[in-house]
Amino acid sequence: MAALDTPETEVREGVDRETVEAVQAMAGKYKYGWETEIEMDFAPKGLNEDIVRLISAKNEEPEWMTEWRLQAFRRWQQMEEPDWALLDIPMIDYQDQFYYAKPKSMEVKPKSLDEVDPKLLATYEKLGIPLKEQMILAGVEGAEEAQGDRRVAVDAVFDSVSVGTTFKEELKKAGVIFMPISEAIREYPDLVKKYLGSVVPQSDNFFATLNSAVFSDGSFVYIPEGVRCPMELSTYFRINAENTGQFERTLIIAEKGAYVSYLEGCTAPKRDTAQLHAAVVEIVVLEDAEVKYSTVQNWYPGDEEGKGGIYNFVTKRADCRGDRAKVMWTQVETGSAITWKYPSCILRGNESQGEFYSIAIANNMQQADTGTKMIHLGKNTRSRIVSKGISSGKAQNTYRGLVSMHPKAANGRNYTQCDSLLIGDKCGAHTVPYIEVKNNTSRVEHEATTSKVDDDQLFYCRSRGMDEEEAVALVVNGFCKEVLQALPMEFAMEAQSLVAISLEGSVG
Amino acid sequence: MALPQAKEDALAARLESLTKPASGGWLSLARGQAEARLHEMGLPGRRDEYWRWTNPTTLISPEVTPAAPYKPTDEAPAFDAIDRVKLVFVDGVFDAAASDDPAMAGVEISRLAEAGQTDVHWAREMYGLLEAQGQSPVKRPLAALNSAYATDGVLIRVTGKAEKPVHLVYYHESETSDAILHHCVRVEEGAEFTLLESGPAAARFNKVLEVEVADRASFHHIRTQGRDHERRAATHIFARLGTESRFKTFTVTANGVMTRNEVVVELTGDDALAHVAGAAMGDGDFHHDDTVFVTHDAERCESRQVFKKVLRNGAEGIFQGKILVQPGAQKTDGYQISQSLLLDDDSQFLAKPELEIYADDVSCSHGSTSGAIDDTALFYLRSRGVPEREAQSLLVLAFLAEALDEIEDEAISEDIRGRLEGWLSRRMA
Repeated sequence: MAALDTPETEVREGVDRETVEAVQAMAGKYKYGWETEIEMDFAPKGLNEDIVRLISAKNEEPEWMTEWRLQAFRRWQQMEEPDWALLDIPMIDYQDQFYYAKPKSMEVKPKSLDEVDPKLLATYEKLGIPLKEQMILAGVEGAEEAQGDRRVAVDAVFDSVSVGTTFKEELKKAGVIFMPISEAIREYPDLVKKYLGSVVPQSDNFFATLNSAVFSDGSFVYIPEGVRCPMELSTYFRINAENTGQFERTLIIAEKGAYVSYLEGCTAPKRDTAQLHAAVVEIVVLEDAEVKYSTVQNWYPGDEEGKGGIYNFVTKRADCRGDRAKVMWTQVETGSAITWKYPSCILRGNESQGEFYSIAIANNMQQADTGTKMIHLGKNTRSRIVSKGISSGKAQNTYRGLVSMHPKAANGRNYTQCDSLLIGDKCGAHTVPYIEVKNNTSRVEHEATTSKVDDDQLFYCRSRGMDEEEAVALVVNGFCKEVLQALPMEFAMEAQSLVAISLEGSVG
Repeated sequence: MALPQAKEDALAARLESLTKPASGGWLSLARGQAEARLHEMGLPGRRDEYWRWTNPTTLISPEVTPAAPYKPTDEAPAFDAIDRVKLVFVDGVFDAAASDDPAMAGVEISRLAEAGQTDVHWAREMYGLLEAQGQSPVKRPLAALNSAYATDGVLIRVTGKAEKPVHLVYYHESETSDAILHHCVRVEEGAEFTLLESGPAAARFNKVLEVEVADRASFHHIRTQGRDHERRAATHIFARLGTESRFKTFTVTANGVMTRNEVVVELTGDDALAHVAGAAMGDGDFHHDDTVFVTHDAERCESRQVFKKVLRNGAEGIFQGKILVQPGAQKTDGYQISQSLLLDDDSQFLAKPELEIYADDVSCSHGSTSGAIDDTALFYLRSRGVPEREAQSLLVLAFLAEALDEIEDEAISEDIRGRLEGWLSRRMA
């Protein structure tokens, strides 16, 4: 590692010292695999109408919301788990899960850091969230004034419940609403009622319907007309308690001409038993508005033998309702034992745009079936898909996507690029694109390639003194470059190092 | 697993309209096994994922939708300029009088209807076996139905380099004919053979072609799917390739309200080569579905899938293609391209180009595009004094060229090109 001792800031071409250090700092096996022992308030195990009512009651929801959940639950009971994905999903016992868990210490809002459950604080410290933000997250009054100049508002969701949102006041000045959805249901019922379920209907699919019935919290974002959100918004999800399913629901509304960039991160402790995560994200984008949604998904992937890990079954959809609306999904999927996730764009408004950038890494026994849907309905709509799949160990990685040009979507344009990289001969890489073109003024292009890590590139790196794992990480980072560049800067750093960590043990 | 009631009913209704041809020991055994497979899977339904874009209703209904036979007057019969052995089927029934004498050095030809009555025949090691293998991982019920109920077909064994191609000619005369034919071709080690097919065959045609290409053997297949516009067809090709063998198939389809062509190829010997190509020209009430499944199960094999569709007046073109690379099939070179040219706003192109890869040292790629004629190219030709219609035809032919290049024999290639030009001059008026 002699190269790293030199004082230059740029260690290798295109890789500065900071990046290398960040990668090294994060080296080691799954870093977020610890569990915090905190007294939790659980709802009884299992799922029935009473549990749905209980979740609704705990969140002090109005009657219409309870009814909405019950409707979803009744539909869910008649639905079957989907089996079309290229995934081997073990039988899930939906009755053997907790559907609601809340840290007990959150029942009364603490006045200062001293009153905060130290274990909760320690949790945030381990997650790498700065102390001042920890105060805010822990709900200490007056902490927001003490903030420095880091400009990211954070909403942290611990198991089922949002534990704190930072920068609330400043956002409020700009007219931006950023709060747990449980609060929004109480404080802005009209907005929630108008938009909730309007992008992902109550009974859209098996997992979304389950989420509609039992979601306990999540984030709510409202950007008023013409407002450019003054800072990036970020939600941090963590599953902590055992046998707990996490079902968060995010609703983002960008009014005419609004802009917001939203970041999402997730981790969970190491456990031998698999845990369920079924989230729903709905985004409404009106005329001239733009939403960027970035995810770094790093749920616990299970161990080398595939024991434990998170089952990540997520429905994410953005609806570009107005003309010239724009949405951009960027995802770095490195965690989870099983990923089932297809962030989609409905391009309804004329000249609206959808983009999807994805890196999916599957190592060891991980399985990922992920991709996007671009539904072109409006005229002159454009979409772009760049997907990079990396398989290693005994993992299976599938890109599954749909590009649909409706008869009235004149002059639509889509470009899709799906590249897969295989490391080792026991893994699989698959591409399942659906292309539907129903008018002749649209142009649709799809390209896909599958290859292995280039021996020449590896040899070059090795000849420059890198060890094999480092070399692979560098080559893979290069392979993913187009997507990494689409991420907000801070996230890009984290993602780059995650790529290296996720591939650990994939060579030699 | 028991079938849903609706599928049970559909199958029972379809089988009721069929009579199983009498056959001797070996064939009746194979038919029985095929029928058992069919009962396990049922007929394709609208909700089956593999039939997402093609409605199988008219292909599985007990009654045949009547189709008016086309009277060939303004077009030369296919492959007429080529020296070949012609075997003629009229509405699925062999016409000995119209056929040539099949005797040819190195090629042994018999009819399924006759060979099936004997106790021993080489085809017993082959009939229905490739079809049965091709049922996994995706079910192909119409092929199982074919193996169980085929009334006739040809069994061809090639032991040397065949001096001329065999040409299967399918005439369609009855408005309600419902033909089921099953052919087997075995090209023995080092042998070479070309098979030609032409004609619509029947109002509804279900055909299976099983091909075994032994080590270092070579098989070339070219077909044109007849001029009858109202006919419907569901065809399957199942091929198994040995070491260093070559397999090439090309299909041109210019008519038919409903066509589903499935090609299932398995590369089982190292260094084998498989090219599957097709050109489809659709106008109006035209639904054409190419479904291809190529499995690489050996090292250093090459496969190419090239499919081009030209569509207008509401024609629908479908492509479902897959390259499956099994573990250990290292150094695989897989390529797949599907493209459509939509000549107007009513036509559609629906495609699912799939890759499923379990080996790391491979290079596989696929591409799929859809769009209208390039205005710039059209403008260029017009500015050089080429009339608009001619310019369009030129661009359409250029678009189809990559698929046509898959035909090796020049005389055959010329024949096909002439056919496409004829279609264009009739349709692009």
